[in-house]
Amino acid sequence: MHELSIALNIVDGVLEELERQGSGQVETVHVRVGRLSGVDKDALAFSYEVACEGTALEKSRLIIEDVDVAIFCPICGGERPTREFPFLTCAECGASAERIVHGKELEITAMEMVT
Amino acid sequence: MVEVRRNILKENDLRARHLRERFHAAGTRVISLVSGPGSGKTTLLERLLTDLRREYRVAALVGDLATENDARRLVRSGAPVKQITTGTVCHLDASMVEKSLADWNMQELQFLFIENVGNLVCPSSFDLGEELRLVLVSTTEGEDKPLKYPTIFNTADVAVVTKLDLAEATGFDFETLAKNISGVRPGMRILKVSSRTGEGIEELERFLVARQSDFKVPLFSKAERSGAPK
Repeated sequence: MHELSIALNIVDGVLEELERQGSGQVETVHVRVGRLSGVDKDALAFSYEVACEGTALEKSRLIIEDVDVAIFCPICGGERPTREFPFLTCAECGASAERIVHGKELEITAMEMVT
Repeated sequence: MVEVRRNILKENDLRARHLRERFHAAGTRVISLVSGPGSGKTTLLERLLTDLRREYRVAALVGDLATENDARRLVRSGAPVKQITTGTVCHLDASMVEKSLADWNMQELQFLFIENVGNLVCPSSFDLGEELRLVLVSTTEGEDKPLKYPTIFNTADVAVVTKLDLAEATGFDFETLAKNISGVRPGMRILKVSSRTGEGIEELERFLVARQSDFKVPLFSKAERSGAPK
């Protein structure tokens, strides 16, 4: 389970951003987690609470947004969803992906402050 | 609401990028091995170190939660080997690699192998600055491993099927495995070896010493190993 490492990285990242903002208390942290990121959502939610203990984020909430897989299809010539997870085949024409466009995301997108 | 847009693994990615630049400047080709526990990473590495050492200056880092058993095995090859014991951590990260290289002169190394902790999930998120990542699947595992652990396959560059000498005994079906690999990672190159009999080893070694441009699979670049944005 590497979700604890991921959670600790979220906490460090948010604390750094918070410092940049000046001050304030964080109520909610928004993250995006791709289906191909290899990170389990439940394990991350649990780990986040542990990672926040004793920090300025102690009472904050983590909102996890799933990101579905999207590929670049060389036949359709554009971004397409895939037919069936975890296969990287175009949902429309069945061709193999040229590359993954979405689904590997692991990012902090926003934080909400206590007003 | 304050917009942030920040990669969660930003720090690891930055360290990995620095490592990659350092390896490149030193002319060291860095190859990492990932697989589940017991797929034959150490046995294969023992063989590669022994063979490649005849012509190249090679070294290895080997990660495990505990024990120095793997390092002890690999040292028999005569190559410099360092064990990274991670304690409770289930993967290597760029800072562990950086730390363990502190007293090694990279200029002296032509090849550096990094054996990750045996785990098909966790190592996939962490870029180590390597040039090439090999994912090993043994013939004693199920052919559906790529479907169960797609992320490790699409963060690796090449798949190596190990324990070829046991394929018949286990009823291993190569075609099914190959189909599953290309399903989750179109275009991925697959090599087959037996570290015990030596079958396929020479081909793998030729492949590893070939020019970078020859073995790079252009489909999924290093930049895509971890999530966007940078």
